[in-house]
Amino acid sequence: VRTFEYKPASSVDEAVALLKEHGDDAEMIAGGTSLVLMMKQGLVQPGVVVGLQGVKGLDQIRLSKDGSLEIGALATHRAVETSPVVKRFAPALAETFSRVATVRIRNQGTIGGNLAHADPAQDPPPMLLALDAQVEIASDGATRTVPLDGFFVDFFETALGEQELLRAVRVPALPAGARVAYTKFLPRTEDDYATVSVAALLALDEDRRVREVRIGLGALGTTPLRARAVEGALRGQKITPELIRDAADLVRDEVDPLDDVRGSAAYKREMAVVWTRRTLESLARGGA
Amino acid sequence: LWRVGIRKFNARNFRGTANRARVSVHRIAFVLNGTRVEREVGPERLLVDLLRDDLGVTGTKVGCSVGVCGACSVLVDGKLMTGCLLPALFVDGKSVTTVEGLAKPDGDLSPLQDAFIRHGGFQCGICTSGQLIAARALLDENPKPSTDEIKEWMMGNLCRCTGYTGIINSIRAAAGEAVE
Repeated sequence: VRTFEYKPASSVDEAVALLKEHGDDAEMIAGGTSLVLMMKQGLVQPGVVVGLQGVKGLDQIRLSKDGSLEIGALATHRAVETSPVVKRFAPALAETFSRVATVRIRNQGTIGGNLAHADPAQDPPPMLLALDAQVEIASDGATRTVPLDGFFVDFFETALGEQELLRAVRVPALPAGARVAYTKFLPRTEDDYATVSVAALLALDEDRRVREVRIGLGALGTTPLRARAVEGALRGQKITPELIRDAADLVRDEVDPLDDVRGSAAYKREMAVVWTRRTLESLARGGA
Repeated sequence: LWRVGIRKFNARNFRGTANRARVSVHRIAFVLNGTRVEREVGPERLLVDLLRDDLGVTGTKVGCSVGVCGACSVLVDGKLMTGCLLPALFVDGKSVTTVEGLAKPDGDLSPLQDAFIRHGGFQCGICTSGQLIAARALLDENPKPSTDEIKEWMMGNLCRCTGYTGIINSIRAAAGEAVE
């Protein structure tokens, strides 16, 4: 790792001021699992690294009065995974965090770092997309809220400006009767990145019509993404095996996966159809 | 597209090299296996290198050096961490346990280490210190893990000799299970 200047921040304001001072020469570090790895590989070589570890209160996980869940950016994956608040809010969200890498990495990596890193094959983004999460972004004297759906801009790129810091993730209360599931297709090893991953939220009304459906996809493009066409084909319809099959087929043309060691683009496209269908089937059956 | 990504990162690097001369040095103090340690470190110094190269505490190994294999597993304030991805300055004010800290002060092995010997928990030995540290963290949090819980927890510690059966049996034995 090439050396750099380390500047610890003790508050969000101080971190933003340091980012302002050093511009694009600066990176931020929280747990370090992604940034240290990228610095080791020479992919990023910042002159200044702003340390967020000492920023107090940014690791809180709490339920707000409006029923939404707020997770501070510095909460570790392990903290989210084991949080009783998260488990009560949406067990599938806690379970998704339990699927990230290994416990050793989950103890170190944070939710804010995970999202700002914008790896298209990570586990939390598809789930948080399916839950319609938003991110709170702090900058010089201001805070803005961005839907996660608009946050991932390109391959490892987000809507974060140079002088902005992801402060918290907010997940709105789940629609009544919603069921949520995360499926991670791992043909190689259990601690691998997903070949394809599908997160889905499904809420049916009494006559089994789809009241709400949201589907997040991982490892199927340059960013985590929503399967809008599939959602559109399901919404308002009476759920049947045929409907699920026809809707899941639409995912094939919504994704743009990369060829890599986990499979060819063509293979991942087919697996996207298979795992979207299976995830929806399990939710329609009453699973998860 | 991966290439496009790399180019993007590189473009940022070139912009980042202007101020390369600036370096910071940090005085850190932490407790290593019960003994207070003070050192000056550069921000790029990783914990595993501080332990092995600066402090001569070489039980913690470097395997893949990208956070996957678990050979560099250490406990920081009791939490299982990755020594090769952790800047040394992050342990300032904390307590670090390595494999050297598992035995009792009089040199007697801990029951966990003893179980690894009795149940063939290692073959070539390169991964063993990481396996022991990860197993210690598991048993501290979950003193009676099921075999599935052991497998789930230990999946971040690879054994290239594929001696997993022995490792799992050793942990089960250390947890008080009767193991053949």
